[in-house]
Amino acid sequence: MTLLAVENLTVTFPSRQGPQSVVRNVSFTLGRERLGIVGESGSGKSQTGRALLGLTPTSGLATADRMEFDGIDLRAASPAQWRKLRGARMSMVMQDPKFSLNPVMTIGRQLAEAARRVASGSADARDRAVAMLEAVQIRDPARVMAAYPHELSGGMGQRAMIAMMLITEPDLLIADEPTSALDVTVQIEVLRILDDLVTSRGMGLIFISHDLQLVSSFCDRVLVMYAGRVVEELRAADLAQAQHPYTRGLMGCLPRIDGDQRPLPTLQRDEAWAR
Amino acid sequence: MTDTASGEGRHGALPALLWKIVKILASVALTFLGLLLVTFLIGRVVPVDPVLAVVGDRASQSVYDRVFIELGLDKPLYEQFWIYLQKILSGDLGTSFLTKKPIVEDIARVFPATLELATVAILIGTIFGIPLGVLAAVRQGKLSDQIVRVVGLIGYSAPIFWLGLLGLLIFYARLHWVAGPGRIDISYEYSITPRTGLMLWDSAMQGQWDAFRNAFSHIILPAALLGYYSLAYISRMTRSFMLAELAQEYIITARVKGVAEWRIIWVHALRNAAVPLVTVVALSYAGLLEGSVLTETVFAWPGLGQYLTNSLQNADMNAVLGGTLVIGAIFVGLNLLSDLLYTLLDPRVRRR
Amino acid sequence: MSTREWLLTEQPASRRQARLGQTYRTWLAFTHNRLAMVGLGIVLVLVVVAVLAPWLAPYDPIVGGSLRTERLLAPSWQHLMGTDDQARDILSRIIHGSRITLLVVALVAVIATPIGLLVGTTAGYYGGWVDTVLMRITDIFLAFPRLILALAFVAALGPGIENAIIAIAITSWPPYARLARAETLTIRTADHIDAIRLQGAHSARIIWGHVVPLCLSSVIVRVTLDMAGIILTAAGLGFLGLGAQPPQPEWGAMIAGGRRFILDHWWVATMPGLAIFVVSLGFNFLGDGLRDVLDPKAHK
Repeated sequence: MTLLAVENLTVTFPSRQGPQSVVRNVSFTLGRERLGIVGESGSGKSQTGRALLGLTPTSGLATADRMEFDGIDLRAASPAQWRKLRGARMSMVMQDPKFSLNPVMTIGRQLAEAARRVASGSADARDRAVAMLEAVQIRDPARVMAAYPHELSGGMGQRAMIAMMLITEPDLLIADEPTSALDVTVQIEVLRILDDLVTSRGMGLIFISHDLQLVSSFCDRVLVMYAGRVVEELRAADLAQAQHPYTRGLMGCLPRIDGDQRPLPTLQRDEAWAR
Repeated sequence: MTDTASGEGRHGALPALLWKIVKILASVALTFLGLLLVTFLIGRVVPVDPVLAVVGDRASQSVYDRVFIELGLDKPLYEQFWIYLQKILSGDLGTSFLTKKPIVEDIARVFPATLELATVAILIGTIFGIPLGVLAAVRQGKLSDQIVRVVGLIGYSAPIFWLGLLGLLIFYARLHWVAGPGRIDISYEYSITPRTGLMLWDSAMQGQWDAFRNAFSHIILPAALLGYYSLAYISRMTRSFMLAELAQEYIITARVKGVAEWRIIWVHALRNAAVPLVTVVALSYAGLLEGSVLTETVFAWPGLGQYLTNSLQNADMNAVLGGTLVIGAIFVGLNLLSDLLYTLLDPRVRRR
Repeated sequence: MSTREWLLTEQPASRRQARLGQTYRTWLAFTHNRLAMVGLGIVLVLVVVAVLAPWLAPYDPIVGGSLRTERLLAPSWQHLMGTDDQARDILSRIIHGSRITLLVVALVAVIATPIGLLVGTTAGYYGGWVDTVLMRITDIFLAFPRLILALAFVAALGPGIENAIIAIAITSWPPYARLARAETLTIRTADHIDAIRLQGAHSARIIWGHVVPLCLSSVIVRVTLDMAGIILTAAGLGFLGLGAQPPQPEWGAMIAGGRRFILDHWWVATMPGLAIFVVSLGFNFLGDGLRDVLDPKAHK
């Protein structure tokens, strides 16, 4: 069943040299599965995610030949329709909870704000918030509810963020580098929580990352982006058979435990791939 | 900066918040000492002979010499400063040459008028300034942003005493919309028992609504003009704080959650912008003291500003320096208050 | 390649070309700001009027006409802005008054800018107790509202335009010192300053020769932004009778002179106020545009 269908998505920003496209003719479909989008910074992967939620910055312009979510044409969606979709049916976890949580609101209020979309009253919203915090394995939900974001560690903050984004049980979650700002030891834990919740609820997931290995171990399918274009799409299991030199380059950059890699490989780039 | 860092290390046992407050208070005390030094030095370079100010110019040489010594003018400068310091700290600002009363008494009498004017003005400035600034930020680059900007720049550019005169000419003399100079008509002047010295407050508390209406029609024009000045500053600062907040990631989070746009602006962004805005409001409240000197002169408003200009024009140096010191002290006090409010409003500072 | 292309190229061949190109781009952005151009126009007109005052003014600014027939005349073709109680042509007085305004602004800038630069760069360069002491002094000056402190100084020094200028200058430098200090702190650790220090250059030489020039541009922008405030403070002092003394055609003092007649002869106080308003609006537009262009953070 197709949840999301995108054809020729292009995102353009003005610049001194005229309009610059940061996302160019990206097409894919997504069912209730886990899709990874991989690329280096500036490859357009984050702007792809934002465009799917209608959150392209006002200076930019997103166009597509087709952009459908569960049969709804997103290109024609009004601001009111977007508000109904966002949060309730599609949501996003961002990179760093230090910036993505409102610093002067308690976690509890921020969770309740999201929960109110589906809750019957403020008491119900609170109960759902506590339950959701337990679901992301926070042991002391009452304390976290009363805390301000700066009082939480990065890992705790990101769990609260995940709880906030999943509390409405959306059909689609976009995770934009959800663990890159966290300590390595916490990363795995947060990923495992995210994976469990996504799988048990049968949601569609778009996992955006620069880390090819992480994405391939975590997703069913992988899109590799370079300079705003999808250069290769393949099943995570078939990664070893990757054809495109850029994908192979990304794989070559991974450090290996066995065997010494000297000189360290550098990533090859070619203007032609962007055409 | 190195000494404060090691200072924090040494006093690590003290609760951080308490230590922060001690530091703020110490800095305030130091600034106040500086204020005293400045007024003291200004007082010493005055061409007006302080002895003559006391004895008058017909006194004999022996009287003059006695007073010269009484005033401590034969002592070295630092000793004179020490004497000055003791006098001020015991609440003695000297005697006014003009009113022959202690300056502290004079200032206590005129201060409520200024306080009332400045308070009504800051209310006007804040109530209109913040929404205008928010509007300009949300509609950045659009026509309404341009209009708010020009309205603000006009506020920065017009001399307040000139606007006051024009206001009196138009709204009082021609249109009769407001009452003229002064705080209240003479017919009401003695019907209100002064408790706080704030006309609006006193008349309302005593249920004298006619007097209240009259006082209101006197205060509204000068307060609106002063308020316009703080509006210019507050709306501009609100705009830039809001632009900074609206560009933050947590705004995107709120959008992703499907929060309504009005709530994103007025609850999420403004609540964050409010933290630095408190400082701005406190500072413009202090700035109103400055504007009040000129406004009170135009509107014959019997407050601190008029007292100061009267003393100036009569070369009453003690009163001028006393008034300057009081205004400086209020300025420092408001800065302190804004620091403390900042601490209360920002959870990041509060719980650290 | 045209001059324009040479200036706007993305690959400048020399440092001079890059710098000129940057200046040209700033100028282009500046000219696109309509309000800033209006401001620039007003300021230029002020300068021209001040320079050509004796030739532009139709009447003598100090000596009036007949007290019996030409006193307090309403605006007409003979006297575009009317006459005052001394039968003097108000337009002529305003034209001559522009010289005083320009003089105040220029002198305050010339006196206050070096003080602010010196205090700020010294504090920032040396750091430690020098910094603490100098910044404490700066804070004390900032603790007084500007007009109030200027009032106290003029009261002490005696009224007059020279003393008003000194008083305004004394109250103007602290914000410049703060700015210069902040700039110095970022420059101090730069490699090329280190290099000069290693060559054994004297501290005073480093400050004046290398730190001050780098702080200069931002301080100048700040001074431009302050011009309107300086004009208003000077006018306020004049209005209170503490600035320029009669019969000098200072705009603030002219308003004070016309105040008695405001109800029946509105033009006497209104016209000079209009002049103050237009000129400070011009400086504000100009400063606002400059800030937009030079501070990329405020711009979008």
